[in-house]
Formats: sequence, structure tokens, C-alpha cells
Amino acid sequence: MSDPVISVRNLCVEFVTRRGVLRAIDNVSFDIAKGEVLGVVGESGAGKSVTGSAIIGLIEPPGRIAGGEILLHGKRIDNLPQEDMRRIRGRKVAMIFQDPLTSLNPLYRVGEQLIETILTHTDLSPSAARERAIALLAEVGIPAPDKRIDGYPHEFSGGMRQRVVIALALSCEPDFIVADEPTTALDVSVQAQIIALIKKLCRERGTAVMLVTHDMGVIAETADRVAVMYAGRVAEIGPVRDVVRHPLHPYARGLMGAIPTLETDAERLTQIPGAMPRLSNIPQGCAFNPRCDQAFDRCHVERPEPIEPQGENVEPGHRVACHLYTGGEGAR
Amino acid sequence: MSGATKPYVTVRDLRRVFDVSRPWLNRVLENLPKAYLKAVDGLSFEIRKGETFALVGESGSGKSTVARMVVGLLPVSGGDVTIDGISMTGHHDPAEKMALRKRIQMIFQDPYASLNPRWRVERIIAEPIHAFGLLKGADVTKRVGELLTLVGLHPDDGKKFPHEFSGGQRQRIAIARALASSAEFIVCDEPTSALDVSVQAQILNLMRDLQKEFGLTYLFISHNLAVVRHMADRIGVMYLGRLVEVSEGKRLFSHPRHPYTRMLLDAVPDLGMTGRERQMVAGEIPNPISPPSGCTFHPRCPLANERCAREAPAMLDGVACHAVEEGRSA
Ligand SMILES: Nc1ncnc2c1ncn2[C@@H]1O[C@H](COP(=O)(O)OP(=O)(O)OP(=O)(O)O)[C@@H](O)[C@H]1O
Ligand SMILES: Nc1ncnc2c1ncn2[C@@H]1O[C@H](COP(=O)(O)OP(=O)(O)O)[C@@H](O)[C@H]1O
Ligand code: SF4
Ligand code: SF4
Ligand SMILES: [Mg+2]
Ligand SMILES: [Mg+2]
Repeated sequence: MSDPVISVRNLCVEFVTRRGVLRAIDNVSFDIAKGEVLGVVGESGAGKSVTGSAIIGLIEPPGRIAGGEILLHGKRIDNLPQEDMRRIRGRKVAMIFQDPLTSLNPLYRVGEQLIETILTHTDLSPSAARERAIALLAEVGIPAPDKRIDGYPHEFSGGMRQRVVIALALSCEPDFIVADEPTTALDVSVQAQIIALIKKLCRERGTAVMLVTHDMGVIAETADRVAVMYAGRVAEIGPVRDVVRHPLHPYARGLMGAIPTLETDAERLTQIPGAMPRLSNIPQGCAFNPRCDQAFDRCHVERPEPIEPQGENVEPGHRVACHLYTGGEGAR
Repeated sequence: MSGATKPYVTVRDLRRVFDVSRPWLNRVLENLPKAYLKAVDGLSFEIRKGETFALVGESGSGKSTVARMVVGLLPVSGGDVTIDGISMTGHHDPAEKMALRKRIQMIFQDPYASLNPRWRVERIIAEPIHAFGLLKGADVTKRVGELLTLVGLHPDDGKKFPHEFSGGQRQRIAIARALASSAEFIVCDEPTSALDVSVQAQILNLMRDLQKEFGLTYLFISHNLAVVRHMADRIGVMYLGRLVEVSEGKRLFSHPRHPYTRMLLDAVPDLGMTGRERQMVAGEIPNPISPPSGCTFHPRCPLANERCAREAPAMLDGVACHAVEEGRSA
């Protein structure tokens, strides 16, 4: 892999609550290269959004980064003063959220918001900024962009709004984008269009993307690599084909079997018993052990770290955090 | 499921129009006409006893409006719903209708909104039992415990409030309540759309187990084609308030006929990464207040011609499409 755009090293994020300190992200590490899409999947509460927010410096009290480092092109950004981080957020990193309305101000015309962002972060003249805004809207597939630029957000459909948000995120040519469930609120036909758009942008502009979603299908279509998160940890990470077709971690296997698809004919879906633990109650050892039908003694005492399994026929860079693969007693 | 038996649910030419006009004063000042939205526009289908009939379609296609009319939560603007020979819409004996209501239940997308947050779970589940006067006293408590066990919860969970449960557990509670009146026909509107896939698997498995055990009939509504394929015996595809195709479950996926069905299938992300060929269709569902003329899909349809813009296609042999009828859909 070429030099990563983003490196997350042993990230820990905590929330201070009345009931104590909750660790939402616990020792998470990964890299994302230029032009690469890292998909992040996992159940609700697994820590996908918190990880994304931490990278772009949007963790707010009572949350805090409690450990680890975040590097952009090799330079730490997790310990920058707020003012510097805000500047980076405008120019180098950007985000796209699930609900386009959280990123668009309903009171301003779409064009005003785009132009303002462009003016804040570049040296363009107002008329050049307007030209650029129109070009961006065209690039994300808005028909008649020279007319639509003067429309208000409510005059756009959900899919069109999400395109505008993507245009807004692109307006400063960021090197890295966090897209947190960008298609969850959209219909499948529109979702397919937005996915195609994100892929095209990565390819053409070399943007690195962290794509957060519940939808394994979206990941399979879009991502180059995928990280499966569980209870604030990375359970498995690797090239998307390898993880989707040959998941190793018992949780990842269960997750894959639980999804009805157009290709398979399962009479029953795989059922993972129970539910994800609360942050206040994460089990000792492997966080998945109460739900794992392959758990053994070691799983209850020692936490497994992500490693490339030995003896398994996996692609390089496919890592799994499970004692079944760490060698020694109980391993396969 | 046998084809010979007469249908259990018959929906004939069902219609629902919403008045979406601006307030009277605005209309007068701005000189606007009244505006109507045909949310459901002449829908007909049948459901056989013990089968799962699914409606799929994108947001705004009218699925929830159909569901609410079928269970009698929303008055119809036209057409008829007949369940086990009794018309829901016609003027029937109130006692007979009451008896029918007891046999129909509904499960909603958002299990939290459909459960009274101030009631304990046992009271929520017991409500239909009391409403229909099915059991009394200790028998109610016993039955509630049985129902909770049936859906994979513990009888002691009855003492808790809805907010103490996860989304999937709340949906189990909603299912337990639906079964409390010994309902035999359950209308499920996006029952797992708000849930994680692992929890969805638990609920879908549970729904199938209960169907087998009690011979339940489902009207199953979802926008997720893979989920529908997993659950349904037969499927109706909706677009802008109309059915465009009705097909046996698996066949819809192996032999989609309507251009819109094909587009929907193409849009589903390819989890198997089979590299299947797909054609991206441009555009989104048009504004339902002023739908396109003729076949409402024509602005997005690769096979549209001049007739399509003029004339709405009739449902023939399970598909409503001129190109299929004319044999030019290949
Ligand atoms: N402000 C906060 N205070 C306390 N806990 C929080 C806060 N924000 C997030 N958490 C906790 O952190 C964990 C991870 O949350 P996160 O939002 O990252 O989940 P997610 O994987 O994005 O889930 P979803 O799929 O539902 O979006 C959860 O247990 C959540 O409850
Ligand atoms: N109470 C209402 N008033 C006005 N329009 C409505 C109402 N309920 C639904 N609609 C409209 O009817 C159409 C179908 O809605 P719905 O049945 O909820 O679709 P679906 O469930 O398929 O997403 C939509 O255009 C929706 O906006
Ligand atoms: S470490 Fe043990 S408990 Fe955890 S997933 Fe692997 S086998 Fe299961
Ligand atoms: S009737 Fe015409 S426009 Fe409608 S789906 Fe068929 S070919 Fe397309
Ligand atoms: Mg999230
Ligand atoms: Mg609906």
C-alpha cells in the first residue's frame, strides 16, 4: 500500500457519564490509502460514528480521545488546537452525514452555501466561486446546475440533496472524507446512484474515504477494504472480497449469514443469539464471548488482538481478532 | 399453499386520495387550485390463507397507505377489502366486523412509537385480550407469560416498560401483542426496517416459525427486496400507488418482467459480488401530486414510447406494461 492518507493508531474514545467512564472505542487501528474506500460495518452502537467523528476532530465533551493517535499524511492531527483542526476540516478532511438536512441550512439557497464554503477555503473571486459551484453540482449529477444552484434545499428530493452535500464536501478538494451512512435514508435506486458517484470520485480524485454503513451490500459494491466493528473494537479487517466471502471471526460469519440476499436460498437466516453488550458492561477477554458458540477458556480472560491468521488461506492484510486464530490451546 | 382454495383476503380496486391543498387563505390569496394526491390508485390483489403476500416499492409508493386501509385504520376513498368473506368497507353487521377485527393485527416499522411508553409490557400485551373480552383475571397473566415466552422473552419482562428494551425486543413485544387476540392475519409494515441485520434475522425467523405453528397469513410490506424474497410466497411491486407486477416469490427475481421491477433489482447492491450486469436508471420517483401521464413510469423507462405517455397500461397476466404486452420487452 502507498503511504496512507489517514492512519488511526490504537484509538480510544471515552465518554464521561454519571455512571462512570464508558469506553466507546477501544484500541482501534487502521489505515486508508489514497483513492481507497474503507468500509466500516457493525451493529448499531458498535462505534462506527464515534470513530469517524474522532478522526475529523468532532468528539465533543463529555466525550474525549483517551488514547492513541490520528495521522493525516503522517502528521498527528488529534492533538491540534481547535482552531487548526477547524482549518483542516475545511480543506483537507470533510464529512457526509446520513441526513442531508443536517448539513444544509434550509434558509439559504444551495448555491449560497456552496459559494460561501468555497470562498472561506480558497482564494477564488466570488464569480469564479460561483462557476466552481456550478461545476461541482454538474459533477455530482445535478441536472441544469446553473438553474438549480439558486434553489432552496427543500426544493430538492432526498437523493438530490445528498448530491448537494457531496458537492459541498468536495468543494475544497479534501484528501479524506468520512461518509457516515450516506445512503441509509435513500431509496435503493437512488442509493445505487450515490454509491456510483462516491466510487467515481475516489477513482478520479484519489480521495480516501471512510464509508460507514449498516449495509453489507453497499460495502461489497463500494469498498476496497472493510472493517467489521463490534463493541468499540475491530473484530476483522481486510480486503472486501476476502472478508465478505470468507469471514473468519465468528461474529463476522454470523453477520454475513444473517443477511438475506438475492443470491442465496436459506430456509432460515443465521441467528446470533443475544445482543451487543452495553458499554458499561463489556465482558472480560473477547467482547463477543457471551454470544460466541466457539468460545473457550482463554476467550474469557484474554482479549484477542487483530492478527493475520497463520495457516488460513487469506489475502495479505486480512486480520482477525479471535483466539481461534492466535495459535495455542483451543485454536484450530 | 394450494392454488385451489378461495382467497382469504381480496382487495379490489382500492383507492385513497389525500387532500394536500394549501390552507384556504393561501389558496385564495395566491390563486391556487385544490391539490389532491392519489396515494393508492386502483389496487387489486388476493392473499390465500397461510401465505405471505409482500408489497415492495420505494418510499412514497403507497405501501403503508394500503396497509392502513387493509386493517381498517384509514378509510378508503374507493374499492373494497374483503377478509374471509366479510367486507371491511361495506355495511356489515357491527358484531361480525368486531369479530373480524380480532383476527387482524398490525405490526409497525417503529416498535417504539407503536407501544404506549407509560404502560408496562404486560398491560400492552394484554390490551387486545381485554378489548375483545377473551380472558379474565389470572388467565390473562398466564397468557401474557406464554406470549412473552413464545417470542423469546421472559415472563418477568412483562413488569418492565418499553424503554427498557432494545429495538429488536420491542418488535418482539409488538408481535406478542399481535398474537394476543389469536389473530390469524397480520399486516406487517416494514417490521424490520429499523433493526440491525442480526436482529432482523431473529425477527424474520420468529415470524416464519409462528406462521408455521399457527398457520398465520401475512401481508408483508418492505422496501428491501432481499428481505421480501426471503419471506414471501407471492410479491406485488408498487410504483406511484399502482401495482406494476405481481409474481410468485422467487420467480420475480429469476424472471422480472416489468421494466421498473428490473430497475429495482439492478439497484440492489450485489453482496455476492458476482459481477452481475446492471443498468443504472436515472431519475427518482416523480412528484405524486402531479404524476406523469399514461404509464407513470414512462419518464424513467428505457422502453417507453409514445403510447406509454398517453395510455396507462392495464394489468394483464401479472404485469402492467405496454412493452410486455406488445412483446418488445425481450
Ligand atoms: N455523547 C455520548 N455519550 C455517551 N455515550 C455515547 C455518546 N455518543 C456515543 N456514545 C456511545 O458510543 C457507542 C458507539 O456509538 P456510535 O454512535 O459510534 O455507534 P454506531 O456504530 O455509529 O451506531 P449506529 O449504527 O446506530 O449509528 C455507543 O454505545 C453509544 O451509545
Ligand atoms: N395523511 C397523508 N396526507 C397526505 N399525503 C399522504 C398521507 N399519507 C401518505 N401520503 C402520501 O401518499 C403517498 C404514499 O405514502 P405511503 O403509503 O406512506 O408510502 P410508502 O409506505 O410506500 O412509503 C406518499 O406520496 C405520501 O406522501
Ligand atoms: S475470541 Fe473466543 S469468544 Fe471471541 S470470537 Fe473468537 S472464539 Fe469467540
Ligand atoms: S408501459 Fe411503457 S413506460 Fe410503462 S413500463 Fe411499460 S414500456 Fe415502460
Ligand atoms: Mg452511527
Ligand atoms: Mg411506509
